[in-house]
Amino acid sequence: MGLFASRRTRVVDSDVLIIGGGFGGCGAAYESRYWGRNLRIVVVEKANIERSGAVAHGLSAINCYMGMQWGENQPEDFVRYARGDLLGLVREDLLFDIARHVDATVHKFEEWGLPIMKDPKTGHYQREGRWQIMIHGESYKPIVAEAARKSATEIINRVMVTHLLMDRTKPNRVAGAVGFDVRDGTFYVFKAKAVIVTAGGASHIFRPRSIGEGAGRTWYSPWSTASAYSLLIQAGAKMIQMENRIVLTRFKDGYGPVGAWFLLLKTYATNAYGEKYEASRFDEIKGLVGKYAEIKPMPTCLRNHAMLQEMKAGKGPIYMHTQESLDTKEKEEIGWEDFLDMTIDQAVVWASQNIDPREKPSELIASEPYVMGSHATCSGAWASGPEDFAPSDYQWGYNRMTTVEGVFGAGDTIGGSAHKFSSGSFTEGRIAGKSAVRYISDIADSPPQTDDAEIEKLKDAIFKPLENYDVGRNEIVAGTVSPSYILPIHGLQRLEKIMDEYAGGVSTFYITNEPMLNRGLELIGMLREDLDHVGAESLHQLQRTWELNHRVWAAESVVRHTLFRQETRWPGYYYRGDHPKLNDDDWHVFASSQFDPKTGVWHMEKLPVHHLIS
Amino acid sequence: MPTFVYMTKCDGCGKCVDICPSDIMHIDPVYRRALNIEPNFCWECYSCVKECPQNAIDVRGYADFAPLGHSVRVLREPEKGMVSWKIRYRDGRLKEFAFPIRTTPWGSIKGPSMYDAPDQKAFSSQLLAHEPEALKVDSLPSLPSGEKKQV
Repeated sequence: MGLFASRRTRVVDSDVLIIGGGFGGCGAAYESRYWGRNLRIVVVEKANIERSGAVAHGLSAINCYMGMQWGENQPEDFVRYARGDLLGLVREDLLFDIARHVDATVHKFEEWGLPIMKDPKTGHYQREGRWQIMIHGESYKPIVAEAARKSATEIINRVMVTHLLMDRTKPNRVAGAVGFDVRDGTFYVFKAKAVIVTAGGASHIFRPRSIGEGAGRTWYSPWSTASAYSLLIQAGAKMIQMENRIVLTRFKDGYGPVGAWFLLLKTYATNAYGEKYEASRFDEIKGLVGKYAEIKPMPTCLRNHAMLQEMKAGKGPIYMHTQESLDTKEKEEIGWEDFLDMTIDQAVVWASQNIDPREKPSELIASEPYVMGSHATCSGAWASGPEDFAPSDYQWGYNRMTTVEGVFGAGDTIGGSAHKFSSGSFTEGRIAGKSAVRYISDIADSPPQTDDAEIEKLKDAIFKPLENYDVGRNEIVAGTVSPSYILPIHGLQRLEKIMDEYAGGVSTFYITNEPMLNRGLELIGMLREDLDHVGAESLHQLQRTWELNHRVWAAESVVRHTLFRQETRWPGYYYRGDHPKLNDDDWHVFASSQFDPKTGVWHMEKLPVHHLIS
Repeated sequence: MPTFVYMTKCDGCGKCVDICPSDIMHIDPVYRRALNIEPNFCWECYSCVKECPQNAIDVRGYADFAPLGHSVRVLREPEKGMVSWKIRYRDGRLKEFAFPIRTTPWGSIKGPSMYDAPDQKAFSSQLLAHEPEALKVDSLPSLPSGEKKQV
């Protein structure tokens, strides 16, 4: 025990513990309360659920809505779309499951007060594209948070969860979690019968294009710090698709969304010389990915690829011709609200650079890579599928339970189910919430027990960075350079540099290979050792320290997966220079990893991709 | 800085500290007013700007790529269900927009406990809360159990 032995501890007993109060977590809270009326349901969130998660500032569209009531789409159609976009590799059972429930979620959102735009002719929701509907979504998160507050027994804001706790009576079963209050430093011990991990995916594991103040303007929120992955990896959960990082084509620097422009306003993009480049690169793309080049609409990664090739050929900047489509006041309002609801900074960029989208085109760029499970990408945990139709090797008892007993997931946590977005993540949270309640009723006779020795050990580890700083700080006069510790920002910048230069970031045009990945792993190994020597000056910096820790775990997983998959599956997301083509004969499978917490060994294997929809 | 706080307007109430998703709005120990302690972790999400009762917080675009002289101001009025924006360009042009944010009174959502408790049959089925009614179709779709297809 060190300097902080007298630290206050709060023990929270719960039946269902929900880690992360974003859309997945709010859905899990609502549904677990609906089915578990007398259960103690606790949501723990490192920020404030009123404005937390990736939807903190709002959204301008709901990107996953079938419209079954009007016969617009059926769940099968959605599965085909998401499968095509991910070049064949998705969990079709999980996707179908989300699609069949998601309309009910959206109807609830509307009932709760979310303004959804209507098509004046049909009275149906206003479509942005085939799957998207337009909303006035500035308060999307506060509305959904209100529903969560009315569901949970307790919502604990400003507590960051650092580790899961395992059951001492049964191997591979969860018993709770630990963390700390980022305001007053209280050590939190959560005891739980079931844990639903609905934390965020990962921004800032690859070096962003903007590295000054603008480092905050990553496409995905800077507070999405890979907790969804690190909590599970360290508990020994099986993960899939961690190599399936996403690169986004967005308005340059502000990273404003392009969906409404491409889909609703029918805006088009060209290279600097006015040439539409996607069609002219079709044959070249077909040479890389074969039949997948013919998928309509063209998969997200392949559209990126076409743009990147133009830029490499010296034909940039790439322009979105907004001036061609904003011919009415109504369209201008749609274009601006698209940003003001969800990426306000893009409006700042236009105002600061004197760009009026009615008058001139705007630059597009491909972002730095991100790791997440809910957009046009699906990194995450290997999860049990729906009981009524998932193939036998896709289910082991409870829908959305991971390979660690009692740990469920939703949103960015669950792998293989791309294109969930906000509504699908909330829906997956609902699925996990009901499942967790069923699990709890089945284990009523043998609840998990936490291990006091494990808790004490974690307590020491969690607060050690404060001690590192207090002790090491006395060695130096002042400043940030110490021989005995690094600051969290130093560790983050090192991680971003390693990932950028060795694992397929922007500085190599997203290209990597086996020697680069092995060198990256070597450097990440040293960074992991250095994590024991991070110095935190304050509780805020202690939060940054644990966020860094979570990011490093996710990054190592990404590198190992990228190394394992010996093909270039998703050109435009990343390239294996030593295996430049898609190879369906050997790699029409999921790459899977499992970290063994006892031995520290990573086990890699292939898991089958089953097609359930023709 | 991305967000910054005007010295003469802030009264140190801490609402921005409470809402900031990135934990970067803190109270300065000397001036007892708010400040952004980590501009490079600011997403310009405007959560603090909207929350500030004194209109003391504003945004200056990221210095990496936003030239000076612009402003994007917001007024969020939850009780009116509206948000209004005023955008001033570097060259002085102005644009104004207003959008609805909610159609029902704040606090009016019916929590899950306010519905009748579901029965055992529903509990052991694949139905989620309020289904199938809330789907607005007759029944919850499913697939043949375990059947695999060639594609």
